[in-house]
Parts: sequence; structure tokens; C-alpha cells
Amino acid sequence: MFKGFADWVKSLKNEGVEHIASEERRAFLKLGLVITGVYAGGKLLSVVSRVREVYADIPEYVDKYPYKPHYSMVLRTDRCIDCQLCMEACRKTNHVPPYGWRTRILEQHLPSGEGQWTRRFMPILCNHCNEPPCVRACPTRATYKDPETGIVKVNVKKCIGCKTCMAACPYDMRYFNEEKRAIDKCDFCWESRLSKGKFPTACAKACPAGVRIFGDLADPNSRVYQLVHDPYRAIWVLRPSMGARPNVFYTIN
Amino acid sequence: MVATQGAVKNSKIVGLFVVSLILLVIGLGAGIRSFVVGHMEAYGVTREIPWGVLISTYVFWVVTSTGLCLTSSIGHVFGYKPMEPVASRSIFLAICTILAGFFAIGMELENPWRLPIWNSLSPNLRSNIWWMGTLYGAYLFFMLIEFGLIRLHRHKQAALAGLLGVIAGVAAHSNLGAVFGLLHAHEFWYGPYMPIYFIASAMMSGAAAIIFFTWFAYRFSGREMDESTVKALQVTGKVYALLTAVVIFFTVWKIIASLAGKPHGKWETIMAFLKGPFAFNFWVFEVFLGLVLPFLVVVGVRARDINAMALVSGLALLAIFVMRYDLVIGGQIVPHYAGMHIYGLPEYYHYTPSLSEWLVVLGSLGLFGALFLWGEMAFDGHKPIH
Ligand code: SF4
Ligand code: SF4
Repeated sequence: MFKGFADWVKSLKNEGVEHIASEERRAFLKLGLVITGVYAGGKLLSVVSRVREVYADIPEYVDKYPYKPHYSMVLRTDRCIDCQLCMEACRKTNHVPPYGWRTRILEQHLPSGEGQWTRRFMPILCNHCNEPPCVRACPTRATYKDPETGIVKVNVKKCIGCKTCMAACPYDMRYFNEEKRAIDKCDFCWESRLSKGKFPTACAKACPAGVRIFGDLADPNSRVYQLVHDPYRAIWVLRPSMGARPNVFYTIN
Repeated sequence: MVATQGAVKNSKIVGLFVVSLILLVIGLGAGIRSFVVGHMEAYGVTREIPWGVLISTYVFWVVTSTGLCLTSSIGHVFGYKPMEPVASRSIFLAICTILAGFFAIGMELENPWRLPIWNSLSPNLRSNIWWMGTLYGAYLFFMLIEFGLIRLHRHKQAALAGLLGVIAGVAAHSNLGAVFGLLHAHEFWYGPYMPIYFIASAMMSGAAAIIFFTWFAYRFSGREMDESTVKALQVTGKVYALLTAVVIFFTVWKIIASLAGKPHGKWETIMAFLKGPFAFNFWVFEVFLGLVLPFLVVVGVRARDINAMALVSGLALLAIFVMRYDLVIGGQIVPHYAGMHIYGLPEYYHYTPSLSEWLVVLGSLGLFGALFLWGEMAFDGHKPIH
């Protein structure tokens, strides 16, 4: 069945979601899959499981949000216009030096038929992974996952600067900050905002297009929860094969 | 000082010793300067390729050290008599090489002074790099004890310390393999291959180092090699040929596994090796000088001709240095978001070592050379003790 499925997906040629016959669509919904029509380098980022989505391969993650609040972000990536106001806000709020970044915008050229492509902007930031490879690799626990919020933080004074966490992060989310003499990375604005009772993150606040939805994934009333659990919505994470279980999700409207 | 007592002391050795010291001072100066101006300014490593030539140099030295310990243990730990004559020098070389490795990584860490504090106060037992550092500490300790006991003619106890050193060395070294092997982020490294491969290639490097440096020590001090040492090197030569064959086997399967089915990440990296930016390093150094030539020559002279073996071993050590470089840098070159249709993403990330990094590499060589030559003078050419 899955072989036929793979062949079928290949034959799609990225026609986009609209072109999938409703019959087939239903068949895959039954399988628990949502088809987004998005290809990435032959990897099936295009098909993600529905509702139980991205954690589904390891049951212990499904629908369990161990942190209180379980901070998370959903990026409605097709709304992004690359104005980079989020980057600027992040830089200012978190004193990010010019040689580094905590979040940035990638530009995708998604193939959309013979010699054609559509442009889409893809914001990236630390995924505050549930199984963060950076945390496992750090020899001194300078990088750690906050037991309360799940935010992946750096304890500056413990960082020996071995850069193992940089090598370990599948998402290129860490850089060495010369001024701090330690690794610096996105902390969901914990230090600059959340810990001071300000909400949401600087980037989410600055975004004029409503791309970045920030909130508590453990709270059924939050927008992030509702987006991630919307059964008709395609939701995916980046490089799922890394097994890091990101808490930053992507979707399109 | 002991150094003046030995018979092994001529102007050539002293001269080379001084040259080594000068290299060490230059490397140390470059390293300290880098701390002051910041590694970002001084070193060529980047956000995308955070591990550069200093890490690969560290790997080179500790691989060689572990190999010296393992290969020479055949004689003095596991009691295979013919290899005993090279034991003292091998153990001493193992100490010199590990210290050279520590020098390189010490200059590479951004805050090495925090290491002893937080490694002990805040250990992460899930971190391979923690285990590696800690076990190499233990390893160095055992090797020092073993060497001391050998010099004191206490061979029984030395063998015990040697055994502990072997255990710590294997554990530490496979953990070094795991530092790379357990990083999902870099497919080329990921998997149990690395810890296993590291042990095999360590023994290969160790055998090459024993042959080359023993020969070198005699050559340079103008002494004739005695019968038993020649024998020991011939045995080492056989071990060397065997391990080269093992590593060839490993390498062939690594290539096949990285090609079959075009596995993401692995495939891109192996293409960089086979015909991309690393092709020269790979074919000329790794394959030809590092594996094929030594294998053919050692087998060709049936492990008898010490001069020929020493020559290819020396070249192989250089090749192994390149091998480590390719392994460390090559594992990081595939962009994180490769295959996701990102506009402007390079095919491979690029890294060039900076001058400061090269000077530190030379500094580590200087430290090694100075220690090695001092050892020759101080311990009278590691005269076989019976
Ligand atoms: S995205 Fe990278 S830095 Fe962030 S938690 Fe995951 S592995 Fe760590
Ligand atoms: S660079 Fe710092 S935070 Fe990263 S692994 Fe090393 S000690 Fe930990």
C-alpha cells in the first residue's frame, strides 16, 4: 500500500493541494494523513499525519504537553512577506550582535510545475525541541531545558565554548556570542519579556502579517493549541527525521 | 637535570628540540592572542562549521595516542614478548600525543578555564563529550603511572596500570567516536560506525607512529637498532598491515553505504569526497598515502625492511592528519536546510583554517616534538630494560 502511495505522490508533480482528487484525499484522511502538496528535496515533508501529527511516530509524545506553560509557536508561513521586522525586534529586544541571529527568514522557491516555482518565506527560530540534541550533547549542562516551561536556555557562566551544541543542533539555531563568552540562542524572549510578565515574544508582537502565533500548547483555549489540533489543517515541523520533536510548527492557511 | 645524563644527546637532537620549542612558543602565542581578540576574529570556524582544524588536530593526536597505547599493549600488557622492546617509547609517545591533543583543544575551547570547574560541578552524563574528556583524563593518569612503573622496572604493576589505561583509552576513544556518531544533525557521522571505526583506525595510527618514531629516534641519534627492537618493529609492521586492511574494509563500506540509495546528507558528503572539494585530500592522502601505499609496501617487504616501513608510516601519519580533517570538516559541509528549496543556499558550507589556527596546529606539533625529544634524551633512547 505504501509503495503505491509513494508512487502516487511522485506522480503528483507538486500540483498543489487543490488538484488532489477528493476521493484520494479522503483515502488519506482515513489513513490519518494530510496532504499539503509541498515537496522538499524528495523528502516527504508534504505528507504529515493529522492531529497527532508530528509526534505521532512516538506515542509517548502524542498530545502530551509536559510543561506548564508549554510554550510553542505556530508559523503561518505563507503569510510571511519578508519584511524582517521580527528580526529587527529580536535584535533590539535581546541585544543580538550584528554577527549573530536568533531568528531569520529563509526564502523558498518551491517548484510548481515545469520550470516554474512559487516563492514562500519561511521564518526559522529555535524549535525548543522536546528531545533537544543540543541539551544532550552539552558536557556541562550549560544548555538545558527549563523544567517548567520547556524553553531551551543557556546558563552563560557554565559554557566552556566547546560548540558541541552548535554541531548538534539540526537547525543551525545557535551561535557563539563574543560579548557573553557563551552560546546565545532564542529563548522565546524569556529573559527580556516573558519573565517580566510581557507577552508574547518580540518577534510575534512585531510581525505585521500575523505569521507568528505564540502561546501555551498545553492550554486547549490557546490559538497555538487550536491551530495544531485543527484536523483539517496541515501542520508540519522541520527535519522531522532528526527526532528532536520541535515545538515550533509550520502551517499554511 | 636527567636530560644531560643520557648517551642520546647530540647536536641534531638538541637542535630539533629547540626548533620544537620555538614552534610551541609560536603556537602558544597565537592561541593566547586568539583568546584576547576573540576566536571569531582569529579563527576560521563559523556558525555553520563550528568545528575546524583544531578539533581535527585534537582528534588526530588522541587517535594516535590511543593507538599507541592499544598497539603497544600487545607487548607489555598482554605479554607478547617480541613487542616489549618498543613499550617504553610507545607509552611515552602516547603521553606526548595526548598532551599535544589537549593543547590543540585547549586553544580551541572558548573558555577552557571553565572546563575543570563545570565538568565536575555540573556533569551531563548523557553527553559523550563529557565522558570523553573525563575518560581521557583518567587515561592520561594511568599512562603516566604505567610509564613511571616501567622506568622503575616494576613490570607487573606496570602491566596492571597499562590494562587500566587500555580500558580507559578504549572507553574514551569510542566516546570520541560517539561525539560525532551520536549527532543526528550530521548524517555522515551518525550511527554506531564512528565509535567502532575510531578504535580500528586508532590502532592503525598507533602502529604507524611506533614504526616511524622508533626508526626516527635511532636514525636521528645515529645509533644502530638492536636486534630485539628490529624484531619488535617487524611485528608492529604486521599489525600495521592488518589494521590498514581493516580500515580499508571500513572505508569501502562507508563509501558503499553512503552511495546506496543516495541517503540524504551521507550522499552529498561522499560526493564531496569522491569528486568534489575534498577529492584531492581523499584520493591522494587518505586512500593512496594513508591506506594503499603503506599496505602494499609493508606487505611487499614482508614487514622486514624497517627503512621502507618507516618511510610509508611517516607519510601515512601525515595522511591520517588529513583523514581527520576530512572527517571532521566533511561531516559538517551539508547545509542544514539542504533539499528544502532554499534560495541562495550553497551546495556545501565552506571553511578555510585561518593563519592562527595553523599556528596553533604547529604549536601542538612543537609540544609533541619537544616532549618526544626530551624523552629520548632523558630516558636514554628508551633503552630496553630487562
Ligand atoms: S532547535 Fe536546535 S537549539 Fe533549539 S532546542 Fe532544538 S536542537 Fe536545541
Ligand atoms: S558550547 Fe557551551 S552550551 Fe554549547 S555544548 Fe559547549 S558548554 Fe554547552
